[in-house]
Amino acid sequence: MTEHGIGVSVKRKEDRRFLTGNGNYTDDINRPGQTYAYFLRSQVAHAEINGVDTSAAEKADGVVAVFTGADLAADEVGGLPCGWGLTFQNGDPMVEPAHPALAQGKVRHVGDAIAVVVAETKKQAKAAAQLIEADLNGLPAVVDMKKAIEGGTLVHDEAAENTCYDWAIGEKADVDAAFDGADHVTSIDIVNNRLIPNAIEPRVALAEYEAASGDYTLYTTTQNPHVIRLLMGAFVLQIPEHKLKIVAPDVGGGFGSKIFHYAEEAVLTWASAKVGRPIKWTAERSESFMTDAHGRDHVTHAELALDKEGTFLGLRVQTLANMGSYLSTFAPAVPTYLHATLLAGVYTTPLIYANIRAVFTNTVPVDAYRGAGRPEATYLLERIVSKAAREMGIDQVEIRRKNFIPSDAFPYQTPVALQYDSGDYEATLSAALEAADVDGFAGRREAAARDGKLRGLGYSTYIEACGVAPSAVAGALGARAGLYESAVVRVHPTGSVTVFTGTHSHGQSHETTFAQLVSEQLGVDFEAVDVVHGDTSKIQFGMGTYGSRSLAVGGEAILRAANKIVDKGRKIAAHILEASEADIEFADGSYTVKGTDKAMAFGEVALAAYVPHNYPHETLEPGLEESAFYDPLNFTFPGGCHVCEVDVDPDTGVVDVVNFTAVDDVGRVINPMIVEGQVHGGVTQGIGQALLENAVYDENGQLLSGSYMDYTMPRADDVPSYHVSTEETLCAHNSLGVKGVGEVGAIGSTPAVINAVVDALAEKGVTDVPLPASPQNVWRAIQEAGA
Amino acid sequence: MPDSIDIPPVVVTATVNGERVSRAVEPRMNLVDFLREELELTGSHIGCEHGVCGACTVRVDGTIVRGCLMLAVQADGAQVLTIEGLSESGEIADLQENFKTRNAAQCGFCTPGMLMTAAELLAENPGAGRTEIREHISGNFCRCTGYQAIVDAIEETGKNRGEK
Repeated sequence: MTEHGIGVSVKRKEDRRFLTGNGNYTDDINRPGQTYAYFLRSQVAHAEINGVDTSAAEKADGVVAVFTGADLAADEVGGLPCGWGLTFQNGDPMVEPAHPALAQGKVRHVGDAIAVVVAETKKQAKAAAQLIEADLNGLPAVVDMKKAIEGGTLVHDEAAENTCYDWAIGEKADVDAAFDGADHVTSIDIVNNRLIPNAIEPRVALAEYEAASGDYTLYTTTQNPHVIRLLMGAFVLQIPEHKLKIVAPDVGGGFGSKIFHYAEEAVLTWASAKVGRPIKWTAERSESFMTDAHGRDHVTHAELALDKEGTFLGLRVQTLANMGSYLSTFAPAVPTYLHATLLAGVYTTPLIYANIRAVFTNTVPVDAYRGAGRPEATYLLERIVSKAAREMGIDQVEIRRKNFIPSDAFPYQTPVALQYDSGDYEATLSAALEAADVDGFAGRREAAARDGKLRGLGYSTYIEACGVAPSAVAGALGARAGLYESAVVRVHPTGSVTVFTGTHSHGQSHETTFAQLVSEQLGVDFEAVDVVHGDTSKIQFGMGTYGSRSLAVGGEAILRAANKIVDKGRKIAAHILEASEADIEFADGSYTVKGTDKAMAFGEVALAAYVPHNYPHETLEPGLEESAFYDPLNFTFPGGCHVCEVDVDPDTGVVDVVNFTAVDDVGRVINPMIVEGQVHGGVTQGIGQALLENAVYDENGQLLSGSYMDYTMPRADDVPSYHVSTEETLCAHNSLGVKGVGEVGAIGSTPAVINAVVDALAEKGVTDVPLPASPQNVWRAIQEAGA
Repeated sequence: MPDSIDIPPVVVTATVNGERVSRAVEPRMNLVDFLREELELTGSHIGCEHGVCGACTVRVDGTIVRGCLMLAVQADGAQVLTIEGLSESGEIADLQENFKTRNAAQCGFCTPGMLMTAAELLAENPGAGRTEIREHISGNFCRCTGYQAIVDAIEETGKNRGEK
């Protein structure tokens, strides 16, 4: 291990700019001659558009142009594409309605864009938008999924019963038979609440067209610039890749919400050529609430069959998954590929059946949000397992231990398609029990009772599938793109290194972690390695950052490119040192002839590659730059155990998280400090879902939680400090042994919190608490149980 | 309509990061827009425009304010300090170092506002405990870190200042 190598908490390169106000976020960029866009958005959830009169707006001060859906249609601008196709159980393709960038014919959610005004200033654009007369014929809104599938009002005429797809996994007859023979069946109804991701940086887009070359540039707040280039270029605007550059500079958080291709990106890029000037749009926070894809929103009925000892025999799940009004980029994948396939969890449940019905409603589109499907699967499992243990009088830890996939059973094939490569659930569980001082809980509960508080303890033992890739698996499950990653390692003549990665860092510290990898692999100084991301004109290709994939997929691509550098260097060194290639050893940045003191430093080899006076020209090209594409053989499977302790005030319903312990297995840890930070952030978002956050619509489709005053996110005084640690089992199919850490916190934590609240309230007769366990919901649960 | 009425610009003169600046601006311009757009000081960020997230926190005449809730014209004659000036002054060099050591920034978007708020607490009460620190920074949203590393960094800075 070197000072900046693998396993060291190296301080972040990013902080030099972030801590001094020198970050370069999209809204910090301005272009000469820039204009500003303002989108007129629907204030109603569902209406026919009879006409849009823009004549007054066009004459307003400073207005450059006004465009509507009709202008896009006239120019044959395509709709926003969906990147994932699924089928009904009978094989019919899912219903995939058009998703125009500016509404055409109907508006389908509050916030749906009707027109865009381009003006000299932001305020002029906004003022002129108020002069647009949109003649709307209001329609009833469909908000509740259970009502939506009864038919009646349709969000899209072609989607009968508002159903996008009705999909299933598992053999239902076999699972039903297991239930018939069960000694005990536990049932649960769960509403996995709708969340709004709310990165603190709102979305921004700045588009520029250069008439002389025909080149477009779009600066945008995205997690995956090449994906935006592909989706927008090929499907919406028909701009070939070599004429379209996407730049995603510093991005202020994403959590999934900045994966997707959004309407504003396409409209601005298209309009920048129409007006011949750069156009900038910066979302106001209320627009973020109304237009950023939301997360979660599942309504599930689940049943677990057990024998009398508490061994799981089968699991049956029925889920309604809200798609919102249109299909966002990866929406269909979330409840299926990222949720139903995770329903084995860490358990040996032999038979599983899940039926997923995706439903259109007059709400903002729903798509991946930190964890994406896996938090919903984990919540369902950990709640039903806890409930079963309580019903059967089995200890919460024992029921989990009894059903764990044992550590010697890997590779383990689940009944729902996935094959887990490695893990040790007992190790993370026992470490968590010790770290959380579970033995001392009874005493703490008594002490809390003396203060009038009800103390509860909750567990969650979870797994996730991440390192989102295997293109072949994703393709078989409906992905319309590959999910590999690419990297270029460029060694400069004097031995410094630039690494180009197709992943994108928006808080994940790639500039540091990837530099650590390359520094260790090539034996060059950490400071001599820079990482470049977020610019399609600099990086050959990439699929971006989501699904905890950057290190497990992107890091491995970098490692492979670096290994090619080492191999080429060996050839150069062998030539210069007049030795056979097989006799050259590379270690600590030096090529040595085995058993001799003849050696060349890595920097000398780099120089020789660019000043090739003494060089094997017949067999080797000059230069020292290598590229790699890496498509893994499998997902990675981080897992772990979260233990939460809460105090509930029975008079007010207020829940305090008093202790939270997370022991996660994320594979090999490159930078422990950064890993810890990822877990802290994820756990806080998970606690946010459990106790605070909730997107609420009224029956007319108005978003009631449409500002920070109404949508409650965790603040510093809402959460405690956590006990976080890791237990490593190595990923079996990548050479780093890494699994991924971005989402574990958000996946494991929510059920641990709610299980703790239910445990605290058990003596009051409460068996379930809805998400979020707000004071009102908890107080009501206590009253209803006591009634 | 507001824009059909010709509102004459108002001259705002203030000392920003130690430098006297004067600009003619619309009377309704927010202070943070003034800093970002007129002075190109883009270290102050805009997260919500309604005073809830704290990303635009700056110091005016020694007190921290929300740059989105104060008009530029209200800062006429004032001393304004942004993250750029605060960094350059060296006042929070120790805090910034502890932010690095504890990994108290991730995406960096809330960070300038968080540092402005923490700087105020450290100046007033360097001995603040973790609960007081959490309360003091509770007006600043951070969606990435879960706050723990930020609390660690502020606590450590305060301890070290107390020892000096």
